[in-house]
Amino acid sequence: MERSSASLWRKIRPRYNLVGNECKNCNTGYFPPRVVCRNCGRKSKMAEKQFSGNGTVYSFTVIRTPPDTFKDEAPYTIGVIKLDEGPMVEGHVIDTGAKLRIGAKVKMAFRKMYVEDDEGLIHYHFKFEPL
Amino acid sequence: MAGIVGYGVHVPIYRIRIEDIARVWNEDAESIKKGLNIREKSVPSTDEDAATIAVEAARRAVKHAGIDAHSIGAVYVGSESHPYAVKPTAAVVVQAIEAGNDVMAADLEFACKAGTAGMQMAMGLVDSGMIRYGMAIGSDTSQGRPGDALEYTASAGGAAFIIGREKKDMIADILKTVSFTSDTPDFWRREGAVFPSHAGRFTGEPGYFRHIMNATKMLFEETGFKASDFDYAVFHQPNGKFPVNVAARLGFTEKQIEKGLITPVIGNTYSGSSMIGLAATLDAAKPGQRIMMTSFGSGAGSDSFAIEVTDNIASKRRNSVLVRQLIEKNKTYIDYSIYLKNRGSIKKR
Ligand SMILES: [Zn+2]
Repeated sequence: MERSSASLWRKIRPRYNLVGNECKNCNTGYFPPRVVCRNCGRKSKMAEKQFSGNGTVYSFTVIRTPPDTFKDEAPYTIGVIKLDEGPMVEGHVIDTGAKLRIGAKVKMAFRKMYVEDDEGLIHYHFKFEPL
Repeated sequence: MAGIVGYGVHVPIYRIRIEDIARVWNEDAESIKKGLNIREKSVPSTDEDAATIAVEAARRAVKHAGIDAHSIGAVYVGSESHPYAVKPTAAVVVQAIEAGNDVMAADLEFACKAGTAGMQMAMGLVDSGMIRYGMAIGSDTSQGRPGDALEYTASAGGAAFIIGREKKDMIADILKTVSFTSDTPDFWRREGAVFPSHAGRFTGEPGYFRHIMNATKMLFEETGFKASDFDYAVFHQPNGKFPVNVAARLGFTEKQIEKGLITPVIGNTYSGSSMIGLAATLDAAKPGQRIMMTSFGSGAGSDSFAIEVTDNIASKRRNSVLVRQLIEKNKTYIDYSIYLKNRGSIKKR
């Protein structure tokens, strides 16, 4: 896998802490951040926003045939999480056992997403865990 | 003097029972469980390491303290399993708690006592007025060589303590801390080696017992306290037996150490061990009570602390996750083959 210092570095705040943005004109939150508000266009007033990481499961699926990056992790759960502040975020859901359901409350956790190779970087990322 | 403003703990949800390890090596589980006073140990998930455990504990500590992470001026992470040989775990923590960039930070290593060494460093910086708050973390995902006695105890977990000096947000005052250090070849791991080596029985008397006894006696001398002046005592817990033994030798009762004795249910979390024990003790402590903590790190040294709980402890408790509850939450047992797979010990080519 390629060494990806520059792109990793740029994404550290969103990846560690769900830092996105919101439009101060209409109070709509965005993750990942958007340059222009979907509602307000030229009247957008975008400002950085760190989301709480609390949300509910909107939908989820269990991955049993994973891409190479996650081949040792399967089966694992990917969820679409509706954050309390509004935006929908896709992410790994951990520690689910067999009991995950739509509407379940989750919060942000901090975990390894993947490791490049034995000599490469470790990529840390938010995941979600059931409350 | 500086005191504790908040703390947080993280323990992975996975456990392996002593029976499942003993079966593989044809050993008698009952005598091991009795001999080491341990039932099961925690095992990290494949996506956890000493950095993720440190971050989870640190975030809980910030929440418990009720402070703005930007007011933290120093972060020290003690571990013997830092994920990188070169690239600081402390920087990951600083970023992940959004403490800003104006933070002093470093990784520490002193076998199982690097976290309490970080507490002392943070105390010095806080008392000198150089920083307002300092964070000290002990976090490990320790490994024992398969078949070695350490395999029954080496586990994963961590704790973070925030040190400050303002009485209004202190939950416990640290009255005094002292250390006892000597060059002792009881346990070591060379650069690049996967598993630690140890000197078998030699780790006991000249290592664990000598350093803990001396540091604790020094603390008694310098404070004028004796064992009965404390409500609780916490020791480093390489197994469930040593802390019970050293407590008795120093004049503490089993009742004084029971709240902080965590190894029987999660194993030895190395740098996290005495700090998780202190957190579990603070979970139960009342204003005015006194806690004695003495850590131990091979190589070797002990840090001893006299701590007095303040009135703020009750009101801050609603922001915290109790250690005993955290340990039970979502607990999931795995067997020895999954344990090996998750540790990456199964060769696929
Ligand atoms: Zn808008």
